[in-house]
Amino acid sequence: MTLPDSARVEPEQAEPTTVDELAPLYRQMLAIRRMEEAAAKAYSQGKIGGFLHLIIGQEAVCVGSIATLKPEDYVVATYREHGHAYAKGIAARPIMAELYGKKTGLVKGLGGSMHLFDKATNFLGGHGIVGGHVPLAAGAAFASKYRGDGRVTVCYFGDGAATIGGFAEGLALAALWKLPIVLICENNQYSMGTPLYRSLAVEDVSLRALAHGMARDRFDGDDVIRVKRRIAEAVERARTTGEPSLVEIVTYRFRGHSMSDPGLYRTKDEVEEWRRRDPLNRARERLIEVGITAAALDALEADVKAEIEDAVRFAEESPAADAYLPYVTKGAQ
Amino acid sequence: MAVISYREALNQAMREEMERDQDVFVMGEEVGHYNGAYKVTQGLLQRFSERRVVDTPIAEMGFAGIGVGAAMVGLRPIVEFMTWNFSLVAIDQIVNSAAKMFQMSGGQFNIPIVFRGPSGPAVQVGSQHSQALESWYAHVPGLAVALPSTAYDAKGLLKTAIRDDNPVVFMEGETLYGTTGEVPEAEYLIPFGQGDIKRAGADITLVAWSRMVHVCLDAAKVLADDGIDCEVVDPRTLRPLDVPIIVDSVRKTGRCVIAEVGWPSAGFGAEIAYQVQRHCLDALDAPVERVCSDDVPMPYAKNLEDEVQPQVADVVAAVRRALYLDA
Ligand SMILES: Cc1ncc(C[n+]2csc(CCOP(=O)(O)OP(=O)(O)O)c2C)c(N)n1
Repeated sequence: MTLPDSARVEPEQAEPTTVDELAPLYRQMLAIRRMEEAAAKAYSQGKIGGFLHLIIGQEAVCVGSIATLKPEDYVVATYREHGHAYAKGIAARPIMAELYGKKTGLVKGLGGSMHLFDKATNFLGGHGIVGGHVPLAAGAAFASKYRGDGRVTVCYFGDGAATIGGFAEGLALAALWKLPIVLICENNQYSMGTPLYRSLAVEDVSLRALAHGMARDRFDGDDVIRVKRRIAEAVERARTTGEPSLVEIVTYRFRGHSMSDPGLYRTKDEVEEWRRRDPLNRARERLIEVGITAAALDALEADVKAEIEDAVRFAEESPAADAYLPYVTKGAQ
Repeated sequence: MAVISYREALNQAMREEMERDQDVFVMGEEVGHYNGAYKVTQGLLQRFSERRVVDTPIAEMGFAGIGVGAAMVGLRPIVEFMTWNFSLVAIDQIVNSAAKMFQMSGGQFNIPIVFRGPSGPAVQVGSQHSQALESWYAHVPGLAVALPSTAYDAKGLLKTAIRDDNPVVFMEGETLYGTTGEVPEAEYLIPFGQGDIKRAGADITLVAWSRMVHVCLDAAKVLADDGIDCEVVDPRTLRPLDVPIIVDSVRKTGRCVIAEVGWPSAGFGAEIAYQVQRHCLDALDAPVERVCSDDVPMPYAKNLEDEVQPQVADVVAAVRRALYLDA
């Protein structure tokens, strides 16, 4: 099997950890995996419509990085954001109900899968235009600097966004104005059907930081603890010095770009190879290594199962969305 | 005549024009190896190679501008936007470069480029992926704006667009790709600025383009049961606009409903309403009616999405208002 260049980050040892540290992170990753599997099922039954972009295979990235944040910190994400929303502290119930387009959904059925927002947890979206959200994230960081409130903004985007103006300009301004932001490139090696080598002349996105005198990092996203440790450095930098960072995490999505994409541009071997490195399985194996009891692991998994089943039931039983926003007028006809 | 899909008609138009003229090439996200996000460019890469079917990264401003620059020096690009929603990232190149170059250069530089892709609301994809932007582009001098409603129109208009020496905004109905219609085997072109009567009728004129043509045809069927005979006029291009075909129809029927899926404020329907009152005031038996989407970004939930967009029942109601049938 040949991997694209980008996949060749140096293999690293799993980071030392403890049951106390890892168990809650594993629980989140598992809940995200199960929530998305439930969403995929509902989509194939026609209960969820539109586009549904699953993050399955990349869970360690959002869970490990958001674990470094405080509740008041901001998170800005793309349309592939169910995991980020959950990791930021939004419950499975309103997320699932939103995917179903229900009144009880996180944004009342108005946003759908691609547009989750939650002011209470400082989750600023859910954005559908590739790269368009990077300046928005820089704007939140700008506000933190302006107010001196000590908050950090974390912004996620894909490798595909590295070619678009919104990213280039957001990066330039964040660097110029020294904004407290961590820009995280979730490099899953494909933008839709286009592999990295056909979209970037230099596949290492983190190198863009050099042109702006910005701190950078790049590593493999298969170990949730590694993600947490390395992102913590960037978050700390933002928090204490107010300086931005660009961090690239190499990862892989197991499914197609969205539910309507069978992903035929990838070989079975390639997908299999990455499945063997599944960060969820790794976290589970690691938990056992560091000494979780079988009973505790079973309890955790049963708890997640119940949580997701409850969320699906809640979404199914909730009433349909009933109104768009009241300030909107019907317009002059 | 062969019955083919709207998608296949567009594909044929590009294939034939690429065969005819070596300077015509296609460029955009996923147009080559992936065969097009909506499969409109299916098979073109195999036929014409990577030199003429160019996959781009996600860089709308960049590749739209590259298209305009290439057109300045003699190529004839067909630039696909994965959807017109993403053209907003490139609108500066379309409006400030492509549309103005001919005038600005004292007539030295033509820009023979086609910007094309799916447009109009889709199904449950939310506010950022579901909108009708034709009124934006129709506002700009220097652009032609075409919106085919049938497979026949799609092929004939796209061939004209590719041969046009000026920039064309070519908006395909995202929900029309799978619809089918008769398309002749022999070559044909449909000139811009020439509308089409999609249904002849005596009592009232319905003006609509793209998907709304089909909504109006369905409304006409419903109304026919009540003995109301609708004429459905499809201008096919908003710029240039076939004002005479609309005026002639309204002068014949004395009533007019304009149905568009865009928003009401500054929507293109307002321009048509102006033309109708300007040229038909003495022939009008009722005020011109407009049917539009509600003035709101598109909600995700299916029921709300339907509520927001003009449906057959909305057109029927507008026709009845114009006929003073409901007091
Ligand atoms: C400006 C713009 N162009 C095109 C699209 C269509 N599109 C949606 S996702 C996507 C691929 C993005 O890939 P990447 O940034 O690597 O993120 P990933 O989906 O892999 O997480 C494309 C082309 C879009 N949403 N916005």
